[in-house]
Amino acid sequence: MIVGTLKGFDQTINLILNESHERVFSSSQGVKQVVLGLYIVRGDNVAVIGEIDEETDSVLDLGNIRAEPLNSVAH
Amino acid sequence: MMRKKTPTLREIQWGQRETEKLDLRALLCQASFGRLFYSFFKSLVGKDVVVELKNDLSICGTLHSVDQYLNIKLTDISVTDPEKYPHMLSVKNCFIRGSVVRYVQLPADEVDTQLLQDAARKEALQQKQ
Repeated sequence: MIVGTLKGFDQTINLILNESHERVFSSSQGVKQVVLGLYIVRGDNVAVIGEIDEETDSVLDLGNIRAEPLNSVAH
Repeated sequence: MMRKKTPTLREIQWGQRETEKLDLRALLCQASFGRLFYSFFKSLVGKDVVVELKNDLSICGTLHSVDQYLNIKLTDISVTDPEKYPHMLSVKNCFIRGSVVRYVQLPADEVDTQLLQDAARKEALQQKQ
């Protein structure tokens, strides 16, 4: 899942994300964050856009979260 | 002299919502099949639904809005199985792309299934011609 500031979008949900980083979930280690920077994402690849609540997100202990990565979308 | 009560913002919004709330019956008399389910979902705005995605994630929330592509906006969401899917813990509102929805689960009493079925059959017939 990719976290960033939504700068823009269009009808097909192509996105422009600023200051983005990817959160990699793993069942063996804590969540890894990979810095990406300015990203353009093609709408085909977007499943959900979630608005992050800063308060709730800041108390999350990412290092302790163990989870399988999300499945890919099977049509 | 009686002073007319100024409506509160909440009351104004409620009034607008009521006018916008579309009567399902009226909608189903409308044009193309392409709009049938769009109209159907518009009539469900405000209800609690569970959206199951094609990547097996299930999200519960209040239907805020829907668009012509059947993209869905949910408010106040919770993931059905938060232990398996902690990915959305800090998300309260979300936008779901229509193409990734597998199911939209609704309580049976929110829908007149007979009406919907009849309308869908009628439209499918129209589309065939």
